Amino acid sequence: MRVRALAGVLALLLVGGCVQRQLGHHLTNVAGLVAPLQFHMNDQNGAAVTAADYRGRVVLLYFGYTHCPDACPLTLSTLADAISQLGAEGHRVRVLFVTVDPRRDTLPVLKRYVNDFGPQFVGLRGTHAQLTRMIKRYRVSYHYEKPDASGAYEVDHSSAVFIFGPRGQARLLAQTGAPASVIAAKLRHLLAAG
Amino acid sequence: MQYLSDLLPWQFSPTTCAVFGLALALYVRGWAVLRRARIRIRSWRALVFGLGLALNYAVMQTYFDFLAQHMFWVHRLQHLILHHVGPTLLILSAPVPILRAGIPAPLWRLLNVPWVRTPLRRLWHALQHPLIAPVLFVGLIYFWLIPSVHFDAMLDTRRYELMNWSMLLDGILFWWLMLAPREAQGASALRYGARCIVLTAVALPQIVIGAYIALTTRQLYSIYAVCGRAWAISPMLDQQIGGLLTWIPAAMMSAVGGIVVIYRVLSEERRRLAPEATDPSGASAGAPA
Repeated sequence: MRVRALAGVLALLLVGGCVQRQLGHHLTNVAGLVAPLQFHMNDQNGAAVTAADYRGRVVLLYFGYTHCPDACPLTLSTLADAISQLGAEGHRVRVLFVTVDPRRDTLPVLKRYVNDFGPQFVGLRGTHAQLTRMIKRYRVSYHYEKPDASGAYEVDHSSAVFIFGPRGQARLLAQTGAPASVIAAKLRHLLAAG
Repeated sequence: MQYLSDLLPWQFSPTTCAVFGLALALYVRGWAVLRRARIRIRSWRALVFGLGLALNYAVMQTYFDFLAQHMFWVHRLQHLILHHVGPTLLILSAPVPILRAGIPAPLWRLLNVPWVRTPLRRLWHALQHPLIAPVLFVGLIYFWLIPSVHFDAMLDTRRYELMNWSMLLDGILFWWLMLAPREAQGASALRYGARCIVLTAVALPQIVIGAYIALTTRQLYSIYAVCGRAWAISPMLDQQIGGLLTWIPAAMMSAVGGIVVIYRVLSEERRRLAPEATDPSGASAGAPA
């Protein structure tokens, strides 16, 4: 019995230790865990694009929607801040903003939205099947809230930013709260490694 | 139509579908073989086996799997089924003679080749050891609930599949050792008294980890916020329900196991005394077993 109690205490310490480790930083190495970049969608100009179009660039993949009141603008502006810290190297980075609300996020809406954040920002819009394939691949979810009287609704969605190397391999996962300077340092590293 | 599409796999896994298909095929074939040999099997066994198989399949290869990936408490419910309820149903249906009859003769010969049979048998005995089995049973629950391990398992499809399959296979191994009749267990049979001790011993650490998850004010599993929840629920409530599921019904399964063990003891006793029931003198007290 004493052995089991000891084992229980040890396990709890282990659990506690791991929690601390995760709260400590907002960037996680996900090489080998997350699938390589792959998708078929339309960009904000209506052109059909795939992952191959972004080879040679460091890609940051994020799922959101333009009517998002807080999480999306906050995350995208943090990413814009990180990219601006890269200076000239910033042109080799692309942020792929995948809309989970294609009904309201038509191409013109999406275009206006991503252009506000900078030239590196790409809006991606797909059919229901294309979007479903992508959320299964990256194991993320979204869910529409009940519309209010005016028909406006919010969408719950993932908060992860998946970061891919120039050859489309998954490298990092940035969580909400990751500072722009830390993201910029990681991006610089990925760009240098090729 | 919506409901029909919910029955399709959220993420199609060829391995999972193949294993469940094979198990079902063996069972149906075994049933047919035994019928042809005029051996009657009561239909409740097929019903319980089918229910166990269907439950395990449903939590792995339907829309339920999506919910389990994106809601901590649904994930805990999934493991309650894969590790406790599903295997219990499979074992209680006493499927071994039927599955055995379903194995085609050439495959059975291959399994009996000494260099296949010996390592399999050794592995089986090791996993059915009365110390190893409960440590593995509790250890797997704790291991996959370590927050960083859990994070990776929810992010990586292969780790996720490994996690679920490890729970189901270990569940079958453990509940076989706990619930199967002694005469069916062969060389690794465990005494009924020892089973009660093991059942109690595995309940305690499940209560500890379940209560910890349910009662802590810390958010332990950030992955569900990172990848998005299946529907709107406060993260703490999600964690508390998940903790309660790990704590109460999972530990209650030990009580269910205990009832089955008592039933086994009683039915063995009854069988031992059975010849005397036909004894016209009716004298039974003190009869040698």
